[in-house]
Amino acid sequence: MSNAKELRASGATPLVEMKDISISFGGIKAVDHVSVDLYPGEVVGLLGHNGAGKSTLIKILSGAYQMDTGEIRVNGNKVEITNPRDARAHNIETIYQTLALADNLDAASNLFLGRELTTPFGLVDDSAMEAECRKIMHRLNPNFQKFSEPVSALSGGQRQSVAIARAVYFNAKILIMDEPTAALGPHETQMVAELIQQLKAQGIGIFLIDHDVNAVMELCDRASVMKNGQLVGTVDIDDVTDDDLLSMIILGKRPGVAAA
Amino acid sequence: MTETTSQPIPAQSKRGLFQQLELDMRLLGMIGAFVILCIGFNILTDGRFLTPRNIFNLTIQTVSVAIMATGMVFVIVTRNIDLSVGALLATCSAVMAVVQTEILPDMLGMGLNHPLTWILTIIVGLAVGTAIGAFQGWMVGFLTIPAFIVTLGGFLVWRNVAWYLTDGQTIGPLDANFLVFGGTSGTLGTTLSWAVGIVATVLALAALWNSRRAKQGHGFPVKPAWAEAVMAMIIAGSILGFVAILNAYQIPARRLKRMLEAQGETMPEGLVVGYGLPVSVLILIATAVVMTIVARRTRFGRYIFATGGNPDAAELSGINTRMLTVKIFALMGFLCALSAVVASARLANHSNDIGTLDELRVIAAAVIGGTALAGGFGTIYGAILGALIMQSLQSGMAMVGVDAPFQNIVVGTVLVAAVWIDIVYRKRLGAR
Repeated sequence: MSNAKELRASGATPLVEMKDISISFGGIKAVDHVSVDLYPGEVVGLLGHNGAGKSTLIKILSGAYQMDTGEIRVNGNKVEITNPRDARAHNIETIYQTLALADNLDAASNLFLGRELTTPFGLVDDSAMEAECRKIMHRLNPNFQKFSEPVSALSGGQRQSVAIARAVYFNAKILIMDEPTAALGPHETQMVAELIQQLKAQGIGIFLIDHDVNAVMELCDRASVMKNGQLVGTVDIDDVTDDDLLSMIILGKRPGVAAA
Repeated sequence: MTETTSQPIPAQSKRGLFQQLELDMRLLGMIGAFVILCIGFNILTDGRFLTPRNIFNLTIQTVSVAIMATGMVFVIVTRNIDLSVGALLATCSAVMAVVQTEILPDMLGMGLNHPLTWILTIIVGLAVGTAIGAFQGWMVGFLTIPAFIVTLGGFLVWRNVAWYLTDGQTIGPLDANFLVFGGTSGTLGTTLSWAVGIVATVLALAALWNSRRAKQGHGFPVKPAWAEAVMAMIIAGSILGFVAILNAYQIPARRLKRMLEAQGETMPEGLVVGYGLPVSVLILIATAVVMTIVARRTRFGRYIFATGGNPDAAELSGINTRMLTVKIFALMGFLCALSAVVASARLANHSNDIGTLDELRVIAAAVIGGTALAGGFGTIYGAILGALIMQSLQSGMAMVGVDAPFQNIVVGTVLVAAVWIDIVYRKRLGAR
């Protein structure tokens, strides 16, 4: 955790900077001049009520929405992200709340969806993909066995493993997790928490969207709180209590302690 | 990140016979229904249904609808529908009829039955079909007009474009070389048919062997050797048996005499010649193989099924679903044009009502073949088998002497019942 902090203090270039981002839907400002950043090996929590704009903000980064104004920098370079393919090209991977899996396909097909391994003749190489899938799933979730069944036959946690495997396999530098534990039981939640620590240690930057203040306190280095489309503030987790975060979420005000 | 130990694979537990063969139960059900249907009609017609002659006719009657049904699988799998295929077939047929009987012989001065006529005609026809399909796909994908509406409009438009192009008249006879694609006028003869059958058998067995090797190479579980051998025998038996039946249908002596006289030869006494594989059936088989490879082994096919399963996930995975829709409808248009070649060549002319009601036959074939209208599921072989079942039902009832209205009543009932059985089957399997 301290690594990321030192990096920030030393004035290193952030992995991602989202500057002054705005987007409106039919006259409603869903995101209103918000700026957030993320350093390598850091987990930044995005907090707020439903409709606060956190998912919308992050969908701009993952290419699902296009911002009206603002700029995105990756490693200090200004980038254009107009669709999910652009985001992937910048090593930005997203694990969606809805998991975004094709239910009728098996785990390997979902893992490689949009980036299939092919044989020299340009045909999809299912055996090679299944072999790779077995390797990565063995690392992430050793209990995973259902390789030849459609993912609709999997449990919530197993589906989540597939979604996470997809991000991890393709060497994400920037990982967006939208409520990764929402559909999971306690054991599986613990698994995701351990995974986040692993990924941090590899220098991956993670945006973690969550409702659960306790999860954010436990997993994140910093937290950015949003309310009604605006950024309430970004705080160092070490400097705040969970009550401070709650009051930021509910009242939309920065606590006096953290304001300094 | 570089861990290489692969996960231990559990030993094969003891499973049932069908599971060991890894046969699709749904496919078995359909084949079972088809066999019962054939045997039933054979009894009712005192053995006239399962004669080489009738099987030959049944096969060439099925080709046109079956070719389009393979494309309809992709359309339905992506949660779309195409109601315009029969009308599109008519437009392609009309364009090709005009090209080969008027434009090429008269305007370009190539004369009748020029050796280049058939190929130029088919190229023009396929291009027109693909372009119209792509245009409809563009309206569905990029203008986001529901496919139902686009193709309902297309149904009216293309049916009447065909009418306009030909003034509603029957155009014929068509180019002599073009007729080869129709069926009876274009067969390989016995020797060549056996050769094709043997090559096909060898290729099919090689594919089976390769897939087993690839699985073993990665250490995945494979079927027991005996199961593989049974599959190989079934495949070889079906291919060669089919060829044997078509070879057994002999060209009638009078027709043979005329054919030989046309070549300036006299017919020797007692000469017997079998028809063998029709060219149109070869086209269907080639279409089926290519479409199956597209569905299972190409990115395009993978994206079709992913989009059908979860359009949002496909989009978020970076798949350009709009362009995908254009490609799917373009492919459908191409296949309609290919069907138009077969259909008009079989009739030896272009008639104004060609392809009427084909959209419903094609959709019914795909759906009876297990394509789910909710999207995400469907197979090429299922659709072809569906087309074959529909055609058998129709011509079997005609042979038995069922009145025309009852024929359609039965076909409609079977369609609904087949889908209901499918729903029950899927529920019992669990929400798949």
